[in-house]
Amino acid sequence: MTGPLALLLVLAVVAGLVLFISGPLRRPSPSAEEPPDVAELEAAREAKYRELRDAELDHRTGKLSDEDYAELDTVLRAEAIEILRELDRTGEALPSPGP
Amino acid sequence: MAVVGRALLILALVVALYGIGASLFGARTRRREWVDSGRRAVYALAGLATLAFAILEVAFFRSDFSYNVVAQHSSTTTPTFYKLAAAWSSQEGSLLLWVFLLSVWSSLILFLTRRKVREIAPYATAVLLGFGAFFTSLAVFFANPFATSANPPAEGAGLDPLLLHPSMMIHPPMLYSGYTLLTIPFAFAVGALVTGRLGAEWISVTRRFALAAWLFLGVGILLGARWSYTELGWGGYWAWDPVENAALMPWLCITAFIHSIMIQEKRGMLKIWNASLVLGAGTLSILGTFLVRSGILNSIHAFGASTLGVPFVTLIGAMVIGSIGLIVWRREQLRSDARLESLWSREAVFLFQNMVLVAMVLVVFWITFFPLISQALTGTKVSVGPPAFRPFIVPLALILVLLSGIGPIIAWRRVTVANLRRGFVLPVAAGLVTLIVLLVVPGGPSSRPFALIMFALAGFVLTGVVQELWRGVAARRAITHDAVPVALVGLIRRNRRRYGGYIVHAGLAVLLVGVAASSSFQHSQDVLLSPGQKAHVDGYTIRYVRPVESVTEQKIAFGAVLNVSKGGKHVTTVTTTRNFYPSQDPNDGLIGKFFDTANSDSAVGLDAGLRRDIWTVINVQTAPLAGLINQGNNVFAKYAPQVMTQAATLPPARAQQAMNMLWTERDVAVAEIAHRFVTHPWKTEFLLIVDPLVTWIWLGALIIGGGGLIALWPVPTLARRRAAAPQAARPSGPPPVPVREPA
Repeated sequence: MTGPLALLLVLAVVAGLVLFISGPLRRPSPSAEEPPDVAELEAAREAKYRELRDAELDHRTGKLSDEDYAELDTVLRAEAIEILRELDRTGEALPSPGP
Repeated sequence: MAVVGRALLILALVVALYGIGASLFGARTRRREWVDSGRRAVYALAGLATLAFAILEVAFFRSDFSYNVVAQHSSTTTPTFYKLAAAWSSQEGSLLLWVFLLSVWSSLILFLTRRKVREIAPYATAVLLGFGAFFTSLAVFFANPFATSANPPAEGAGLDPLLLHPSMMIHPPMLYSGYTLLTIPFAFAVGALVTGRLGAEWISVTRRFALAAWLFLGVGILLGARWSYTELGWGGYWAWDPVENAALMPWLCITAFIHSIMIQEKRGMLKIWNASLVLGAGTLSILGTFLVRSGILNSIHAFGASTLGVPFVTLIGAMVIGSIGLIVWRREQLRSDARLESLWSREAVFLFQNMVLVAMVLVVFWITFFPLISQALTGTKVSVGPPAFRPFIVPLALILVLLSGIGPIIAWRRVTVANLRRGFVLPVAAGLVTLIVLLVVPGGPSSRPFALIMFALAGFVLTGVVQELWRGVAARRAITHDAVPVALVGLIRRNRRRYGGYIVHAGLAVLLVGVAASSSFQHSQDVLLSPGQKAHVDGYTIRYVRPVESVTEQKIAFGAVLNVSKGGKHVTTVTTTRNFYPSQDPNDGLIGKFFDTANSDSAVGLDAGLRRDIWTVINVQTAPLAGLINQGNNVFAKYAPQVMTQAATLPPARAQQAMNMLWTERDVAVAEIAHRFVTHPWKTEFLLIVDPLVTWIWLGALIIGGGGLIALWPVPTLARRRAAAPQAARPSGPPPVPVREPA
């Protein structure tokens, strides 16, 4: 590739890069993401749901006795409910989205 | 295009540096647009690295020897398949591959988390771009893949013969994918520690990438072992070579992390431990990359002399000090939310397993680096080999297999004696039966206690996994009334992490049975044979039937057809060859360059089976041809300059014709000399090995890979929707708990 053509190609790449990378600075978009606390709590909720399902499977496959499972399930559900309540509180505390 | 390639690399460095600044500025000032701009810098880096890598690949494909790296690592006779793979055989190309893979994986995680981990992501972006800037700057300032020569050679040096193996296309990219993927959990862990957001979210977004790193690195390691077994001609698959160890250490570390992270998810425990593991694995991945390229430790993999020692050591030092500093700074927030309730629980087993894995990492690290440590302290560089590792690694591996069998059987939090009994009776019985049967079988493995224990433990593990699958299927069938195969598929689909993990444990047991058997009961013989002579190995008779020879543009192959029989019955016929590739050493002479043993490799004659492998390799010495080779060198040393001088005075077409005649005459002479191996065969050295259960290693690896893929595969959309349903449908009243579903 000849020198001028290579230079032209590199300049075109530079222009494309500048346009692409500076896009958010030129046109800031309204944030559509979850607030950090909600995201953290939702991750905790998913982990708790998984734990509940694991305990249930452990019980069904005979790894947990009926008594142990009942006790564990109660504890886990209480923990899950606490996370859900926390999610509710966090959701209520957030400013309501615009129309 | 080399100028464009170089310009793209410089732009990549500028973009990475800008992205670091934009991400950190956005994170500090909470200005979203700067964070978004920083993320786009990662996408741009991926685009630039892809273009630069494509330019380099095209140069290799076209055999454009104006690129120094192409001239040094490829030739016109290199097959196209290997021309494309030759890019990463060079230091320059492998650095570019690193940047390319890192930027692609980084783009993927940052795209997937663009609306999540809002506070952590900018710092993770800065760390990932930091790695990108580091490797790009190495390519720009120290090992430029686009360096060119004003007077390119007519022919390249060619690819190192040892690298002419199909694995060359997959093994290095797999390892590098593993290494680069390990930087992602590392970067998000740094982000979580910097922001103090150490809850479940950063783990949930990076867990899959940690698992992918584990899978890629594991596949890379196993492909390397297979390559070693079929190509290197020493009869083994694992030599405890520093570069093998450098890949094994982060793999062990991330294996521990994948397990202990479950304890943090479920119980909020082991936060310091997990942060240390993920930061350690990330640091070890950079160490691994460094060792491949540095040559600071004697290794068959160290293809280049070190020019990058100082930058790499600086980066590794910064990672170690930074990681320790962050953990110490956040030690209060990293305290556990809960305590271990019982030593008889899955989390306790995971904890023990973690300790064993970390002990293995420490052992491997210490012995691998002992030559350097010894040199620093005493001035003498000692060499260590496999015997130094075995006394530590073998007992640790046995404990690991035992724990990998207990883990699936035992429940989280606590278990009762009755449930323990119910879970353990069958697997323990299977382990004991295996032990007893092997003890009483005549000629069994009783003479090798470690192997014997490994076989018994494998019986325990495999039975435990089958039992768990069966019980899961029974539980599912009790609700769905599906047929067994349907219930099994449904069970695994709905519990991918759990059953994918169990399958990995089964694969590990199978693999380690192969390792124990093949390393304890290998029979090998080094023999000198003439055609018609035979040798006996482990009851097999191996006869050297006839020599074979072939001359092609790429290589001269001297081989042997070997007939294997047992008890008078034919078992198999194998062919092994020694391949000689044209060397670029001018001292070899015009004929001798085709017979240089330093430029040769082996093709193993292998008959693989479930019970045993018959592995053979020929080691042809060209000394008996030395007289003829010297004679040919002398003739052509006089003749070639005469032809060249004469050609210089002729018109181009005639000159080309004259040169072609010269090369044709040389090729005829080479073929005649090579043919002497068949017409006047001499005593040739063979390494003959009968090795039991080696195939189990590759089968185990396939099972592990399959289990890993199952665990990695995303949860079905329907299941995810159901799991999310309670939240989505939640009214303002008391929050509901998850709906119970079939297992």
